Amino acid sequence: MKKRTFLATAVAATMATAAFGDGHEPTKVGFIYVGPIGDGGWTYEHHQGLLAVEEAFGDKVETMYQENVPEGADAERAMTQMALQGADIIFTTSFGYMDPTINVAAKFPDVKFEHATGYKRADNVSTYSARFYEGRAVQGHIAGKMTETNKIGYIASFPIPEVIRGINSAYLHAKKANPDVEMNVIWVYTWFDPAKEADAAKALIDNGVDVVLQHTDSTAPQAAAAEAGVISFGQASDMSEFAPLPRVSSIIDDWAPYYIDRVKAVMDGTWESIDTWDGIGPGMVKIGEITDAVPADVKAEALAMKDALADGSYHAFTGPINKQDGSAWLADGEVADDGTLAGMNFYVEGITGDIPN
Amino acid sequence: MDFGSINPVLLIAALLVASTPILLAAIGELVVERSGVLNLGVEGMMIVGAVTGFIVTVETQVPAVGFVAGALGAMVLSLIFGVLTQVFLSNQVATGLGLTLFGLGVSALMGQQYAQMRTPVSPRWEFFGLNETPVLGPILFNQHPVVYLSLFLVAAVWWFLRSTRRGMILRAVGENHDAAHALGYSVIGTRFAAIAFGGACAGLGGAFLSLVIVPQWTDGMTAGRGWIALAIVVFASWKAWRVLLGAYLFGGVSVLQLNLQAAGFAIPVELLSMSPYLITILVLVIISSDRRRASANAPASLGRPFHASG
Repeated sequence: MKKRTFLATAVAATMATAAFGDGHEPTKVGFIYVGPIGDGGWTYEHHQGLLAVEEAFGDKVETMYQENVPEGADAERAMTQMALQGADIIFTTSFGYMDPTINVAAKFPDVKFEHATGYKRADNVSTYSARFYEGRAVQGHIAGKMTETNKIGYIASFPIPEVIRGINSAYLHAKKANPDVEMNVIWVYTWFDPAKEADAAKALIDNGVDVVLQHTDSTAPQAAAAEAGVISFGQASDMSEFAPLPRVSSIIDDWAPYYIDRVKAVMDGTWESIDTWDGIGPGMVKIGEITDAVPADVKAEALAMKDALADGSYHAFTGPINKQDGSAWLADGEVADDGTLAGMNFYVEGITGDIPN
Repeated sequence: MDFGSINPVLLIAALLVASTPILLAAIGELVVERSGVLNLGVEGMMIVGAVTGFIVTVETQVPAVGFVAGALGAMVLSLIFGVLTQVFLSNQVATGLGLTLFGLGVSALMGQQYAQMRTPVSPRWEFFGLNETPVLGPILFNQHPVVYLSLFLVAAVWWFLRSTRRGMILRAVGENHDAAHALGYSVIGTRFAAIAFGGACAGLGGAFLSLVIVPQWTDGMTAGRGWIALAIVVFASWKAWRVLLGAYLFGGVSVLQLNLQAAGFAIPVELLSMSPYLITILVLVIISSDRRRASANAPASLGRPFHASG
């Protein structure tokens, strides 16, 4: 009985989506979040994107979102539920939603899916990501110039290409700015666990690190850096409440224009499966204000690098670069191709330690 | 052994801090379970303690008041559990799980305006300069007052359960509530007191997270520590000093593995990441296994509803 009711609802919902998807009804936009919208970082910025969509389209859209969705089987349930509720387009905003998104999308061919930071697409699944590594290059430069202990700490979440690219980019540019620099990486295996992120930051600092970079979502490492009097960088969101110290700059993800664009495409019926990977140039990655704690010449260099990255005259991965094992990767002047970057699973020469599998 | 860049003194000092929230929540839950009540809402109570402690500290600018408020806030939540399970005899497992979900939701609601705010730093005790002592200073004489309070609570609970009349009544209620009732002891009253104590301890642990360890308010910031505390009570076979051992082992190995990574030791990270769970379980299982009646340590009335007519 219950099962039958469920199926009936499912059919009705699917039909409703098909029947009213042409503009008579508000376009329904769903978001799946890996953390809480109040994390002050990654999920917060995606939610700002949702709010921008509401702002742009008013009552022509209806938005829904679910927070703290674990990466795995549970994500499929959350997406299915959204699709059954009549969502026309669903943004799944974490790498670990990749396979669940593909699976659910296969079941709902009329619903559009957009998966952030992944690489698997289908007729109704687009992917989008930002070139965070461009921002990491700027951070790496500032970090290399400002460290006094020559030790830079990096709180890494999961060993996926997105995170490894960031570590490599930050290291390469820190090394260029300061040949004596060392990078200490801690893998915390979580996107969001403030206490663990704080403990990791403290462990780095106790081991002599005086610049902390993070690739996790909460602001806890900023607080730990503030207490210890070392430097940090805002991640995913500006985290400006920690400026001017410890946070001396930040990488801001600006998803709003993309989200508005894609929702518009659904409304117009022009939506197609595409792969978007934008950086500083198109404005998907922004560099937060570099505070006065950074010496003026370093700040000028950092801004020059940012401009060069933006107009394409400089690529963050420009040879000569060797892989960690010493084998050649990029020849002098050669730039990395997107394919290699998208699947990056190796450290560059000079970083110690292994990438966990 | 070469510790590399790891400073053992700083490591131990960090261990004490990192373990305190779990220790507090676990020692509270231990008392609750010894009275025969299974409250699975520890996670929910911790997070409510974290948010109330944080809000009150922001408003009053006095961390000590915030800690008291955190404990009280979680205690109020635990009393909801008490009323539902003790008066209305609802299922303890379901109610406890509900309490966790409710606590996570209500804390997110309460904390909305307070995300990204900062509180005054709660000072550590310095013992008139004893904190300058090499080695022992940073470990023993330069901690946050709540760290000392948590150790005091462990000793107090141990003594209370072992040597006081009320402690024995509480144990009697947990072992056989019908017999305790027949002897004229108030089963419901004892359990209410235990639940409130458990709530206060969990709240204190939560407030320690949001005021000292992190220190700020973020949704869902307990991130499963309440469940670890519950597990530690079971693996500690309901004994106070083993809870201390379990919490410090867990916190210690957690901090140690981060330090080993930071220092660049060539140990697979996967192994390090699971080590806190693995080692804590192993050690507590081993120390519990040499007793024939290890499993008999569980309070006999644990999780069973009591009604005076029964």
